[in-house]
Amino acid sequence: MVEKFDAIVVGAGPSGNSAAYTLAKGGLKILQIERGEYSGSKNVQGAIMYADALEKIIPDFRDDAPLERHIIEQRIWLLGDDSYIGTNYRSESFNSERPNRYTIIRAQFDKWFNEKVREAGALVICETTVTELLRDGSGKVYGVRTDRENGEVHADVVIMADGVNALLARRSDLQKELQPQNAALAVKEIHFIDPALIEQRFQVKGDEGVVIEMMGKVTGGMVGTAFLYTNKESLTIGIGCLISDFKAKGISPYKLLEDLKNHPVIKPLIQGGEVKEYAGHLIPEGGYKAVPQVCGDGWMVVGDAAHLNNAAHREGSNLAMTSGRFAAETLIELKRQGKAPVAANLALYKKKLDDSFVMKDLKKYKNLPEIMHMSPQFFNAYPDLLNGAAHNLFTVDGVDKKSKENQIFKSFAKRRSVLGLVGDAFKLARAFR
Amino acid sequence: MSVIKVEEKLYQNRYIVDENRPHIQIKNPELCATECGDQACTFCCPANCYNKEEGGGVSLVTDGCLECGTCRVICQDQDNVSWNYPRGGYGISYKFG
Repeated sequence: MVEKFDAIVVGAGPSGNSAAYTLAKGGLKILQIERGEYSGSKNVQGAIMYADALEKIIPDFRDDAPLERHIIEQRIWLLGDDSYIGTNYRSESFNSERPNRYTIIRAQFDKWFNEKVREAGALVICETTVTELLRDGSGKVYGVRTDRENGEVHADVVIMADGVNALLARRSDLQKELQPQNAALAVKEIHFIDPALIEQRFQVKGDEGVVIEMMGKVTGGMVGTAFLYTNKESLTIGIGCLISDFKAKGISPYKLLEDLKNHPVIKPLIQGGEVKEYAGHLIPEGGYKAVPQVCGDGWMVVGDAAHLNNAAHREGSNLAMTSGRFAAETLIELKRQGKAPVAANLALYKKKLDDSFVMKDLKKYKNLPEIMHMSPQFFNAYPDLLNGAAHNLFTVDGVDKKSKENQIFKSFAKRRSVLGLVGDAFKLARAFR
Repeated sequence: MSVIKVEEKLYQNRYIVDENRPHIQIKNPELCATECGDQACTFCCPANCYNKEEGGGVSLVTDGCLECGTCRVICQDQDNVSWNYPRGGYGISYKFG
């Protein structure tokens, strides 16, 4: 006899854990299946966790969640060959009782979250890979097949939280294949280092933290960004670019990472650390236009598997947790009303996404991925030009300021042409409006 | 320029290797040699699992695989990679992620 559940959640990352937790709390009979040794063992992120999304699921998470540092300063740097120009925003008010953003170590955080799922009453099975969706003649999903012996399990609904590759949906033709220009490959390392050095180098105390997001020379003209985050006793440093660009440029991701680590402004920040892990992962970058159908008869898809990632603001885990919660709340509402989980009823999940920041933000930047993909100058020429301009302006060498201004303008006009500059300004405006 | 040793990076990682059961396979090795121009898997894979062979082909060793999916995405035009996740419990097991 095949066991039957109200819902099966495939995957135990932020979206899967949010869905399974909310469903179990709602009293539904839930099975969660994870292919790794434990929740988090297959998961990779920078990582920044946004408190608001988690508060809506576990309001008192701060009591025992493994958090690293709360962020009091955000730096955005445009890197030149041996320089950076950028903005830093630091505020004492980020030291509130309920900070808004934290750095986390995903393997530890996800494990904690998954423990909450178990406590809420869901059955969690690890070390089990789901190999396919079970569908009846009409296409309705009624369960999954796993790689365990007699590994068939049935449920009213399957929630796919299996991450960016979304193999389950793709193999059932519920989603188109992931395009190389719609996914970034990011690699990162974690460097363990004396916390005193972190405090000194980043001017922080206690659990205060700093995050640095970077663009420019280090991505070798590709569409991509780099980051350096402070954890309690470690730093994470990483870089990611579109797969299509890696392919076109013939550059290896680990080469970029080494160049980043050796960049003259980065090297002193990470010096003396001990590398304890190297990770690689894909990030959905296609935005609004790449979001697939998110639900159908007997199924929903959440998080990265539904391409819910806001590349413009480097937000993903909050969209993942929120989508997981919405999928769960949808199911709980349907159950209460005695409605079947068919496509027309599960459409409520889509409506919840549409009415929230999740789809509103993705829609706002719907043209951004295309524009960035067609405009490498934003990742190459402009960081370079701005660094050059600053260097010129801040070098006192007897040249009058008017001549310096002319030199700077000429450097821009030469690299991009005057029309090019105007065009780029319009592109940026279009992308961000 | 010094060569970056990816193996040294991977050495830090924890793997539970499924002996003799590679989760990714090249479907038709000949195709890599004859049809694929840039052999992008050989430089895009973050774990350097793919290597150019002397005969013009590509070899694959999945032991250091990070299960990111890059080769799967990149080989769509040739459709020459059979890509699955490892069996439950096997493969990369991140301590930090």
